[in-house]
Amino acid sequence: MSGVISLKTPLSEEVLKLKAGDHVELSGVVYTARDEAHLRMQNEGIPFDPKGAVIYHCGPVIHDNRVIAAGPTTSARMNEISGFLFDKGVRALIGKGGMGNTIRDQLKGRAVYFAFTGGCAALASSHMTLKGVYFEDLGMAEAIWAIELNRLPLVVGIDAQGNDIFDAVRKKSEREFAQYGNR
Amino acid sequence: MKTPDNPLDRALADATFEAYKSAVIRLPPDVLRAIERASVAETNPVARGEYANILKNISVAEELAVPLCQDTGVPVIYLTVPPDVPLTAGLYDAIADGVRRATREIPIRPNVVDPISRHNSNDNTGAGMPAIHIRPGNRLAVTVLPKGAGAENMSRVAMLLPSQVGQIEKFVVETVHLAGGRPCPPLFLGVGIGGTFDGAAAMAKEALLEPVDEMTEYERGILAAVNKLGIGPMGLGGDFTALAVKIKTAGCHTASLPVAVNVQCWANRHATVEVKR
Repeated sequence: MSGVISLKTPLSEEVLKLKAGDHVELSGVVYTARDEAHLRMQNEGIPFDPKGAVIYHCGPVIHDNRVIAAGPTTSARMNEISGFLFDKGVRALIGKGGMGNTIRDQLKGRAVYFAFTGGCAALASSHMTLKGVYFEDLGMAEAIWAIELNRLPLVVGIDAQGNDIFDAVRKKSEREFAQYGNR
Repeated sequence: MKTPDNPLDRALADATFEAYKSAVIRLPPDVLRAIERASVAETNPVARGEYANILKNISVAEELAVPLCQDTGVPVIYLTVPPDVPLTAGLYDAIADGVRRATREIPIRPNVVDPISRHNSNDNTGAGMPAIHIRPGNRLAVTVLPKGAGAENMSRVAMLLPSQVGQIEKFVVETVHLAGGRPCPPLFLGVGIGGTFDGAAAMAKEALLEPVDEMTEYERGILAAVNKLGIGPMGLGGDFTALAVKIKTAGCHTASLPVAVNVQCWANRHATVEVKR
């Protein structure tokens, strides 16, 4: 792994230069959000400054104002409820498993999707400091937690030019499986 | 909730707690070796980064004595019972007691809900949960296999035709293909072949306990076919989509061929603790 790019939130147009497959270490505050938080933000507005903000698809375990475990959740659940974020200036999403074609188009020229390794909850929390919370009434997993990252290791899964590693891998898997045909 | 009142039941509850704690924090040595081997052999640079994160996560969890993953699963238990221990309801209660204590004290996420009302018991127990499987043996020992939902949800059972023995590989590969990056690959695949509809699924799960650094030629062949898919760690592409295929078989009806695939993420967690008595 060579040439790790260091970035700090809030992000600017610098994300537009990132390429799918680039390794990035991200620092600064990010905001967790899952299904419920997205729906609430659509209806009531975004409770933090969305300009250059980063959304982390994560339902963390928080205990005594500390982040105990905070691995990524499956991003695809947010495929149809994320578009408004980019209109408001959000520059990146973090999650696992990639997202749909709609998001790939919405990201173009505006933002990127970072992948963080699924199951790495302990590693994630060792790079995190809790800074605050919004929508706490949604419960621990669904609330929006403001978390400061210290060089969290990520990879660009979908860039702002429409390159999508997950989609390319899905297509390869499709081709390989098709070889079984009707054998 | 009542706590066990005889010494054997108390010791079993303690062993269940210890096994649960060990399982969610550190991986079995053979599983860790399989991940390390793949991390060295992997040629895709993005995948190599994923392995670096996975291995770092494993060492951070050990160092801080915290669970590897926030999905600490549902409790699947294998209890080995020696000839001199009577199989009583007390053993089941003792295991449930160990699970409740693990939930409180490790702590782990309460994941068990009623399947229809979705009400969470908040202690990881419920009707039929923990799922307890009894096996005869020489020593009283409890194995805890915490099963997370991401991979479990991608598991499948098929009732193939007796003429489709040659299609077993295709069914396994199809299962992994349909799952893509969702079950957090690189995977461990437990496969049950034969027996009955339910028996095949039970064998598939129990196969996950088998040593992953030994495989038969048949298992290796299926593993190679799975890895041709190129899904790689987290669906980001790579040389290894699965790290092991483990098969268990049982006699079946001449007119049937049940096949089950139990999908397991890279965190193939399980731990066994002998009950002190």
